Amino acid sequence: MASVPARTDLARTYLDHAATTPMVPVAIEAMTAQLGHVGNPSSLHASGRAARRVVEESREIVAASLGAKPAEVVFTSGGTEADNLAIKGAYAASSPRGRDRVVISAIEHHAVLDPARWLADRLGADLVRADLVEVQVSTSGVVILDELIRAVDERTAVVSVMWANNEIGTLQPVAEVARIARRVGALAHSDAVQAVGHVPVDFAASGLDLLTVTGHKLGGPVGVGALLARREVSLEPTQHGGGQERDLRSGTLDVVAVAGFAAALKVAVEAQTAERARLERLRRRLVETVLAAAPDAVVHGPADPALRLPNVVNVELPGCSADALLLLFDAAGLDCSTGSACTAGVAQPSHVLLALGRSVTQARSALRFSLGHSSTGADIDALARALPEVLSRARAAART
Amino acid sequence: MRVLAAMSGGVDSAVAAARAVEAGHQVTGVHLALSKNPQSYRTGARGCCSKEDAHDARRAADVLGIPFYVWDLSEEFALEVVDDFVAEYAAGRTPNPCLRCNEKIKFAAVLQRGLALGFDAVCTGHYARLVHGADGIEMHRAVDAGKDQSYVLGVLTQDQLRHSLFPLGDSVKAEVRAEATGLGLAVADKPDSHDICFIADGDTAGFLDQHLGSRPGAITDENGTALGAHDGTHHFTIGQRKGLKIGTPAADGQPRYVLDISPVTHTVTVGPRESLLVREISGVRPTWTNQPIAGVWHGNVQVRAHGEPVAAEVACEDHRIVARLDEPIAGVAAGQALVSYRGSQVVGSATIAETAP
Repeated sequence: MASVPARTDLARTYLDHAATTPMVPVAIEAMTAQLGHVGNPSSLHASGRAARRVVEESREIVAASLGAKPAEVVFTSGGTEADNLAIKGAYAASSPRGRDRVVISAIEHHAVLDPARWLADRLGADLVRADLVEVQVSTSGVVILDELIRAVDERTAVVSVMWANNEIGTLQPVAEVARIARRVGALAHSDAVQAVGHVPVDFAASGLDLLTVTGHKLGGPVGVGALLARREVSLEPTQHGGGQERDLRSGTLDVVAVAGFAAALKVAVEAQTAERARLERLRRRLVETVLAAAPDAVVHGPADPALRLPNVVNVELPGCSADALLLLFDAAGLDCSTGSACTAGVAQPSHVLLALGRSVTQARSALRFSLGHSSTGADIDALARALPEVLSRARAAART
Repeated sequence: MRVLAAMSGGVDSAVAAARAVEAGHQVTGVHLALSKNPQSYRTGARGCCSKEDAHDARRAADVLGIPFYVWDLSEEFALEVVDDFVAEYAAGRTPNPCLRCNEKIKFAAVLQRGLALGFDAVCTGHYARLVHGADGIEMHRAVDAGKDQSYVLGVLTQDQLRHSLFPLGDSVKAEVRAEATGLGLAVADKPDSHDICFIADGDTAGFLDQHLGSRPGAITDENGTALGAHDGTHHFTIGQRKGLKIGTPAADGQPRYVLDISPVTHTVTVGPRESLLVREISGVRPTWTNQPIAGVWHGNVQVRAHGEPVAAEVACEDHRIVARLDEPIAGVAAGQALVSYRGSQVVGSATIAETAP
């Protein structure tokens, strides 16, 4: 049996931190320290207790970092699972009580959008299908609160609006969303995987009932995250079994991953203010570099740094196809991203850009560059060097 | 050279890409997504457009250590290949969609995009040989006569051939499979694909019914006497014997074949095998792999994908090619390609428009 090949460090300019960002040293150290130990945190003996102590201390760190109580932290396998648990779990608990409406923004990540659409379209015939409302956004990508207010009524089970959009970086008025939901007794959820570590995220102050966070977007490992869920919130589990995590998420906890997640989250939150300012400076240089090479480029999302993430640049390059741009940047040693890819690898026009009112052609010419803790000015210099030839070739290819 | 290797997910294109790497080229793999809805096309080993095939192609690219992308050409494919396929059947002709895909997609849309992106050539797993001759690139039949695909490439021009690589032309299939095994490619024992990739269940008649609906008409003999009825000329191909569903047997007791298809009157004419024999074939819209050969010359022609070459005198007239066969052959269908050869070298291709006894 062949073994999986080792990966060597590639000499790359990595501008795709919103997809995943390198692990920070403290996370690697925290995980390494746990790797050699045995013990199921659910076991009653000394080995189990030792494992459980690591999990609970990690839980306390996660809670303290996000303005939550330890009892509110439900560890999951990551953002997608936490979002599924929030949307499906809230719907399953609320729909028998006459609350069968799900309200989300039109620019949610697929981890929210797809479970919501599944509840509305493909849920088994003998169960009540959700009444799904996808609330539109402004041209800069902010959910339109008047429409949200109209959509959210006493039949609403859950309202979900992301804290920060993953493609264009727009920050959403989540505290307002929470207030609107609370007025009618609906649950408020927000996917904050892109926000944590880049902008302040305080669960208690937000007024939200449910909040999603994940490890690998902030310097921790992939495969671990959490749903913050207020104690009085009624949720049905989506995964049944041993009853771990308040019966909401069965399955043996990954002690190693949880320790790495907590360590990374702690430093990301501690460094957030300084890092936001640093990344904002880098982002400004990145935007200036792109506009210098392509004066007709259109940068999506709000211009005001207070209204968006400091690390995401979504830019439309007229006359180019994003597929061609990605291939050419890739060949030039630079990693960036297009819209979301389906499993066959065909890039689809971004539903986020379409929701902003862009055409399919415009959406297909948009690229996302995203910065992170390991980004430096050298990355922007490399982008500046690669841009002229990449643009001229991509334009030529689009004319064929 | 910077080479764009079209990788279908099959063994041939994977080994072709491997040989391009081995030859020292800088190779990038690309899988062409041709279906708007991948589930509707063949799945697994039988086609070239499914998600599994994209996965197999990607895994081969991993093993070769080359970059890999999926290019969405579904719109071009629907327009240039699928729509054309249906229109040709509606017009009473029998098209070859693989040839059309080579002409309009692989060595046109893909090649042009590749050249613009800075690539020098497109590499495919087709079985044909390219030879540098005095007058430029010559295309020849593959060494493996059973796999030879020069017929479906005969439509390529010198400009396209100058930017093409067919690394498998000198090999037989067994060697290609052995090489794939040696390279550790998981597709080494994947079955060959057959039939038409965009017809999921292989039911061409059903596919055409969906697109053309029922178009009933008469089946007549050569004198115009009605023998039966049919529900669409698109169910018939020149030379077809099975599925005619004529109740009354012929007076001579011999089997009857489709002789002619008239899409205007929706009439299908049937008759004995002798009436099927043709000695003269005219093709329109000629293309040349190299220089056109003026005047009349003797060579051989092929009139269907898996047909035998037949000796013929080939004349190049105004915008048409006329082949006078040394011996008559049966079952020559309009819409198929008339590909002319000198020895093993492909001279050119034309679309069959008319035949004569």
